[in-house]
Amino acid sequence: MPPIIEVKNLVKRYRKSKINAVDDISFSVGEGEFFALLGPNGAGKTTTISILNTTLIKTSGQARLCGFDIEKQAGEVRQRIGVIFQNPSLDRNLTAEENVRFHASLYGLYPFRPIFSLMSNSYKEKVFELAELMGIRQEIFQPIITFSGGMKRKLEIIRGLMHNPRVLFLDEPTTGLDPASRRNVWEYLQNVRRKESTTIFLTTHYLEEAESADHIAIINKGKLISYGTPEEIKKDLKIQTPTLEEAYLEIIKNHDN
Amino acid sequence: MITKEINAIFTIAFRDLIKLLRDRARVLSGFVFPFLFIGILGSSLNATIGENLGFNFLTFIFTGVFAQALFQSSAAGVISLVQDRENDFSQELFISPISRYSIILGKIFGETLVAYVAGFGVLIFGFIIGVPLTLTQIAFLIPAGLAACFLGGAFGILVLSNISSQRTVAQIFPFVLFPQIFLSGVFNPLIGLPPILAFFSRLTPLTYAVDLVRGAYYAKSPVFSQVVVFHPAVSLFITAALFFLFLFLGTFLFVRKERNK
Repeated sequence: MPPIIEVKNLVKRYRKSKINAVDDISFSVGEGEFFALLGPNGAGKTTTISILNTTLIKTSGQARLCGFDIEKQAGEVRQRIGVIFQNPSLDRNLTAEENVRFHASLYGLYPFRPIFSLMSNSYKEKVFELAELMGIRQEIFQPIITFSGGMKRKLEIIRGLMHNPRVLFLDEPTTGLDPASRRNVWEYLQNVRRKESTTIFLTTHYLEEAESADHIAIINKGKLISYGTPEEIKKDLKIQTPTLEEAYLEIIKNHDN
Repeated sequence: MITKEINAIFTIAFRDLIKLLRDRARVLSGFVFPFLFIGILGSSLNATIGENLGFNFLTFIFTGVFAQALFQSSAAGVISLVQDRENDFSQELFISPISRYSIILGKIFGETLVAYVAGFGVLIFGFIIGVPLTLTQIAFLIPAGLAACFLGGAFGILVLSNISSQRTVAQIFPFVLFPQIFLSGVFNPLIGLPPILAFFSRLTPLTYAVDLVRGAYYAKSPVFSQVVVFHPAVSLFITAALFFLFLFLGTFLFVRKERNK
């Protein structure tokens, strides 16, 4: 089976910059895989995700998603991805349900109606089902401004999954969440993955979240410096039985020297 | 394919209307300036210098402000995409699988709905202060006003493609708006202008929206030739041409700036 994400010699240099933010990286992600891209702040993680989710133009190299070229066939790519951005991208002037309705209509899932009660029954059922699952059934008609950070994240995930994407990009999805919310979000995500075999592309600073990843890539200063399963990442180091975090810190340190 | 894009345009347009209806301060502020312009400026100019013109100056200013208020509201609304960008909401728009033109068209239609909330207020206000308004005139004014909104919205996207922050908007918007208000003949008849001002007034997009609205209002009036510069078909054609030019150029530049960092 061909990989669902294929990146070859990808380079991104921002305008007015003298260095490459992403410097000739290549990797691929298999269908249904849980893939984690790790690296320090400024390593190029968000840049890579932005190129793959079609919001940023690459400088050179190739990238394909579900077999579609991310620039020449951006529309096809967009139809097949869900994105949870580093900064919440909800409309704070709307209610939670309106945010979801807006998304579902933009993706052509249901005909748009200005009032909830006029929306189709299948939409209403889907919203209630997802809200129930995420534990925000009571608050679904409340304005976003009344939501806590954890609730906003949950809502974004509900929204991002409405159109059943083949790949879900999660850019530091649990930053700023308390441990209970983090666990809750992950239980839901793993559940979705099992049920829909959605590919998950994660960046995070919480290394324990990447422990259960199928493959991990570590980037530093725009370069891909390590790739493999969590076990393979830990194996080639001098320290005995490291945690993923210890292994990660060691790899970054070696590369910086 | 087409129905999907239309559904998306509707969705984006209604989001703007829903937001407006929840923001009472903005609804009010949309009324305030037209009321000041027509009620105070229009009435006082009409009383002092309007006598010798041969046409009712209050009515002249009312029709001008109607077009200008719609154009300005729509332009400012489209420029508010800059606010969505600062709130990170624009990301949700840009990853959606619809044409970039649909995103911008949806925004323009949405801001047209928003502008008309104030636009109807202006019509009612004009009626109250005694501007003659027949049903035929209202039936002509409403579509002509739509053209002013569309042109304003498309002008907004062109402005937006050249700026990157809300602070810049606050600094730049008066400079692209006020010269247009004075050159487009909202308050001053364009007939008999000195050649240099006449030249610049013809380069001003708002001129054609104002003239189209006046052409609609004064269609059957004996003073038509004193207040309307172009044949309505000419101003409609130029308004439409500018709309498409601004829409395509503005969207192209805006998308390029967003993605090609």
